[in-house]
Amino acid sequence: MTQAVQSASHQLLTFMLSDQLFGVPVLQVNDVLGPQKITQIPLAPAAVAGAMNLRGRIVTAIDVRKCLNQPEREAGLTDMSVVVDQDGELFSLMIDTVGDVLPLSQETYEDAPATLDPEWRSVSSGIHKLEDKILVILDIEQLLRKAGENCSPK
Amino acid sequence: MDDLIPEFLTETNESLAELDISLVQLEQNPGDKDLLSQIFRVMHTIKGTSGFLNLPRLGSVAHKAEDLLGLFRDDKLQPTPINISLIFEALDCIKVVLASLESTGKEPEGDDSDLISRLAAACQGEETASSAHAESAALPETEINEASATIEPIPSIAPETPMSPQQSVTPSNNAVSTANNGAAGESSSAAQSLRVSVDVLEGLMTLVSELVLTRNQILQISRLQKDNELSGSLQRLNHIVSDLQEGVMKTRMQPVGNAWSKLPRIIRDISNDLGKKIELEMLGQETELDRQVLEMIKDPLTHMVRNSADHGIEKPADRLAAGKPETGYIRLNSYHEGGHILIEISDDGQGLPLEKIKKKILQNNLATESELAMMSPQKIQQYIFAAGFSTAEKITSVSGRGVGMDVVRTNIEKIGGSIEMNSVEGQGTTFTIKIPLTLAIVSSLIVGIEDERFAIPQLDVTELVRATETGANRIEMVNETPILRLRGRILPLICLRTLLGFPPQKVEKPRYIAVIRVGSYSFGIIVEQVFDTEEIVVKPVTSLLGEQSIFSGNTILGDGQVIVILDSAGLLKASGVIDKAALGRDRKVEAIAEGGNKDEVPLLLFNAIDDNLKAVPLQHVARLEEIDLADIEFAGGKRVVQYGDALMPIHLYDPRADLPSTGKRPVIVFKTKEGLSGLVVDRILDITTHKGEYQIKSEGTLEGSAIVQGKTTDIINLSFDGWKSTRSGFVPQPDTLTQPDYGSLQ
Repeated sequence: MTQAVQSASHQLLTFMLSDQLFGVPVLQVNDVLGPQKITQIPLAPAAVAGAMNLRGRIVTAIDVRKCLNQPEREAGLTDMSVVVDQDGELFSLMIDTVGDVLPLSQETYEDAPATLDPEWRSVSSGIHKLEDKILVILDIEQLLRKAGENCSPK
Repeated sequence: MDDLIPEFLTETNESLAELDISLVQLEQNPGDKDLLSQIFRVMHTIKGTSGFLNLPRLGSVAHKAEDLLGLFRDDKLQPTPINISLIFEALDCIKVVLASLESTGKEPEGDDSDLISRLAAACQGEETASSAHAESAALPETEINEASATIEPIPSIAPETPMSPQQSVTPSNNAVSTANNGAAGESSSAAQSLRVSVDVLEGLMTLVSELVLTRNQILQISRLQKDNELSGSLQRLNHIVSDLQEGVMKTRMQPVGNAWSKLPRIIRDISNDLGKKIELEMLGQETELDRQVLEMIKDPLTHMVRNSADHGIEKPADRLAAGKPETGYIRLNSYHEGGHILIEISDDGQGLPLEKIKKKILQNNLATESELAMMSPQKIQQYIFAAGFSTAEKITSVSGRGVGMDVVRTNIEKIGGSIEMNSVEGQGTTFTIKIPLTLAIVSSLIVGIEDERFAIPQLDVTELVRATETGANRIEMVNETPILRLRGRILPLICLRTLLGFPPQKVEKPRYIAVIRVGSYSFGIIVEQVFDTEEIVVKPVTSLLGEQSIFSGNTILGDGQVIVILDSAGLLKASGVIDKAALGRDRKVEAIAEGGNKDEVPLLLFNAIDDNLKAVPLQHVARLEEIDLADIEFAGGKRVVQYGDALMPIHLYDPRADLPSTGKRPVIVFKTKEGLSGLVVDRILDITTHKGEYQIKSEGTLEGSAIVQGKTTDIINLSFDGWKSTRSGFVPQPDTLTQPDYGSLQ
């Protein structure tokens, strides 16, 4: 593996959700979108917000707030989505605002603290200690598995 | 080295499929030197490559088989059935090794020394006691032309091997495989075909689907804007995209013969095992259909052919006793019709034994004796599609385990196809399978609940009914379960709104009922809006939805919105009212009901010439159209109109009557073996059902006359074969009814 690829794999796209900073591996990110028209899928798990059309491809929208047991988005917050690729299927993670792409090294990495909400721990693959705040790394695979499992119908 | 193995596997699997066919042919024409060289070369390639890839087990078996083939080629030995069986055994062994190589990447453990020694013994010219075919004697020596015996080891051959008409198998992969068999074997057609991985084609297909959707969106925008500057180039884009779509669809198409390639071998083995003489005839194998569909019908087809050979065809002695030729035939025929492919599997065997089926029905409590007595033979025969139904007296290694036709039917229905059967005891059985050309693009009806839209595959929808507040088409409630009386029969309803968890409707709005048919079970779906039908590209539903069965996929409409596609069978299951067992029960009840009312036929009533009622059985009517009489042209002395891209013959009810040259007239369009035909009438009146026998039975173009709605009605036989060759006439004049003269019609 070349140096360049190695560093890219440690780059995280950061975003804000409920005043918390999150990060997802930048290599998995396809798009960042503004507000979208989403078609509801009846009988789908609560965390599945619906399906949308992204340049002819069908993308499943995931309500990340529901996955993380967060209250509904307050009015006035921006509505953005990060489209990620998981095993060839596209998913759009509904978040508040997108931040920078941060190159992060192992030095700031730590396992998720044991006291973290179990719901959060199950979808996080660790944290990064940044100077002014903590960044939670989202494990997309786990997040999607949880979104699919969470079968309390709407 | 390892990356060579997958390539070797694909190549060898293709060659092996051909070898199966070639060997059967060789057995029938032991003197065919070209065929023999071809077989030899394939085996040689397998041997050579496995040596190169260090696959000793494969190599040693292929080596011995090649030795034996070499002796055939050099005329030192005759390709007797025993020897050919040995080669087949070697092939089977090679297949086992290949399968394991594919799954584990290694040769499986095993000892082929028995096979190898028998092959070696055969090379010594000994009569080996091959386990299964010891009784078959060696064929008498055939004279072989001196000249042909001195054929070079690798002569340049044409890609088409000489074949007898019955066995003509389109060697679609020949160009590819011969190209790999050495430089000398290269033929001119080799450069014309390429091996492309399925992934690339699938990717291309996805891109084209997206292009089609994007085009639809642009077209929609341009329609709204009425900007004429755009429309010219848009039109061109539109055409190019359509052509491109068609072209890419074609790359997914494969000749149906690919699914048949195993059959000659299977038939050969069955006839050897059971001591029967069977000829397999394969027609229309160049008919192409979608790769995906092809995969799905492969197994059902094999199963049905096996059934025909095992149950259908009698032993030679029985056949002679029944006054039939000793050799039975099984014929496969496939052809296009509309947007469908039809595959017929017919045999001239003993047909379905009615008495045995009856006995079995009674045994399994599927119907009572009195019910059986009221059923037509056809109805009774349909029971072979019931689950776990087998009439075979003994379970053979070939078939008869009772997991047969119901699985076949389920598999075919899964891909939107249908299966029909026609069997005459003592004369044979014909199965007709009707399957859609492709699964990737489906014509769908778009329906709505509130602001959400859903697609229902058009194939499942038999009719649309507008529910009214009062009157005949009102939705009635039985303990909160909605039902509809449709032409005297109770139709269970599913409320899509409730099923999909939408809040109850506040204001009663007009509702529509889409009547859906799943298998032989009908039910209605209550929807609130009905939009258009649209050709949609099916995309898989997200993996997050897991095991749900209500949605079969989703798609993007012309306006860019994503909608989900409803799965009719899934809806039925999810509604909870009818579980799977009940579905089976209802089928049975319906079968009995239909058996009891076998004479109840829906009729389309119309007027022509005079005010007498006339009718045609609705099942023959493809659609109703209105044509401008000015559009009628003459082709070969017959009246025709341009209908779509084709010419449709137009028939008048009374050929002698004058037809005005202008004005509009309704036309009943119906299907014949040769395509669509139209019958010009004066007025379309109604659809009704008729019970019981016709009062006067006729033949030819007139099926008979009956009392319908209190009036005498002539019932026209649209399916009559003779009329379609009439030059312009359709129905004999009333006066000819008493003296039928159909000679001119036939």
